[in-house]
Amino acid sequence: MKRFSSVLLPLATAVIFLIVWHSLVRLSGSDLFPTPMEVVKGIQELFEKGLLLKYIVASLFRVSWGFGLAVVVGVPLGLILGWFKPAFQALNPMIQILRPISPIAWIPVAILWFGIDDTAPIFLIFLASVFPITVSSMAAVQNMQLVYLRAAQNFGIKGPQLFRRVILPAALPQIITGIRIALGIAWLVVVAAEMIAVNSGLGYLIIDARNAGKRYDLVVAGMVMIGLIGLVLDLLIRQLEKFDEVKWGYGQR
Amino acid sequence: MDNDKSLIHVRDCWKSFPGKKAGEQVHVLERVNLDVQAGEFVCVVGPSGCGKSTLLNIIGGFFKESQGDVKVAGEPVNGPDPRRIFVFQENGVFPWLTVEENIGFGLMSRPAKEREERVTHYIGMVGLTGFEKSYPRELSGGMRQRVEIARALAANAEVLYMDEPFGALDFITRLKMRADLIRIWQAEKKTILFVTHDIEEAVQLADRVVVMSKRPATVAEEVRVDLPRPRDLDSPGYLAARDRIFAIMGMDVHGAGMGELK
Repeated sequence: MKRFSSVLLPLATAVIFLIVWHSLVRLSGSDLFPTPMEVVKGIQELFEKGLLLKYIVASLFRVSWGFGLAVVVGVPLGLILGWFKPAFQALNPMIQILRPISPIAWIPVAILWFGIDDTAPIFLIFLASVFPITVSSMAAVQNMQLVYLRAAQNFGIKGPQLFRRVILPAALPQIITGIRIALGIAWLVVVAAEMIAVNSGLGYLIIDARNAGKRYDLVVAGMVMIGLIGLVLDLLIRQLEKFDEVKWGYGQR
Repeated sequence: MDNDKSLIHVRDCWKSFPGKKAGEQVHVLERVNLDVQAGEFVCVVGPSGCGKSTLLNIIGGFFKESQGDVKVAGEPVNGPDPRRIFVFQENGVFPWLTVEENIGFGLMSRPAKEREERVTHYIGMVGLTGFEKSYPRELSGGMRQRVEIARALAANAEVLYMDEPFGALDFITRLKMRADLIRIWQAEKKTILFVTHDIEEAVQLADRVVVMSKRPATVAEEVRVDLPRPRDLDSPGYLAARDRIFAIMGMDVHGAGMGELK
């Protein structure tokens, strides 16, 4: 029964989805929009041309850099903002103004500053993911249970020791949640950035397939790959939540 | 009581907080006097919200008194001190550390071998052998409180400040924890200042019960409990001490009326 719900149910949904998709394309008589089978052939074609792997690697490369930098900057920044009130007072209003600006709005600026190469999308991904990471790290420290802090103070722990042994581990579960959300956003943004700022990657594949001959089978093939890789990335980052040191922060499941 | 020699010495202690109206001061503690001798087990009881926990936090160094003289071991209290460890009602065990890591938390500056020995010793003393590698989330509430007590003992605290440490536990667990705390206290010769709203608990545990009044709280009376341990909860001495405290708190022993205190 458990097996039924966890494996068969999503499988059934997928099969029904594909059947409906196929039927709708056939019924509409469209010769541009592909059936699922044509999309599979499109993926195969991309693979055989060597483009699929190349574009996936290009997109992942940009995400790794932009997202990696965001983690390296965002986590310490968030911890500092959460702990030191003056830092929070000085920087938080600025962060709250910058945060709601869509990374898409930064694309023209990024092209102006960095031109058409890898730096522009990396910058955009960094920008998109650094805010959720900073804000969640900051909130994690601010919402930390006072009793942990008091216990640590009682044992005479202070300064960098306090950060390393108490504040960071107490904040870690919520920081990881922020990182997970940020990775999802980073993956959304890389595709958008690649449509405009570069000439490789999965985003570029989609826009290029449309512009160079209305190859909608390849457009949808690109979309499917984006979805699948996004799923894999989320599954990977979720492994962080399974460490014994942070499990306590995610309730009983 | 010999004031100069007492380990914990509180004289004329006031604690006020700003009230809702401008300029208004709400007095939580008023002229509190308290002495605790080294090695003594003292319970502070009083109605909920009377400020007994505030008093413990002042003595523990987490709050500052508004007025008065608070000294521990002859020195004014300026913040928490590793020689005197607080045991929190809401449980201050670190959930990201295992049982043994928690118990060794205050021993990081000691050599690894000594740390290991102390941790093993106190895990045994609180009855958690076999749970060394467990995380707090895998333990019951009572076991988590045991970890916290062991953590304080392992760090060689001279004094334990306990703020309703068994308040969140079920009745049977509470009884066991009390018995074990007495056993540990007798073995370790620590000084324990224990805050509770549970009069029975206080009489079961303490050498002396300090009864506080309603807000603004002050010490209404002290009741000495000179009974051998383990205490027989049906003995006339136990019942007399218990009823005496009920009477001080203005309550009929049989739960009938509530009188005003003073």
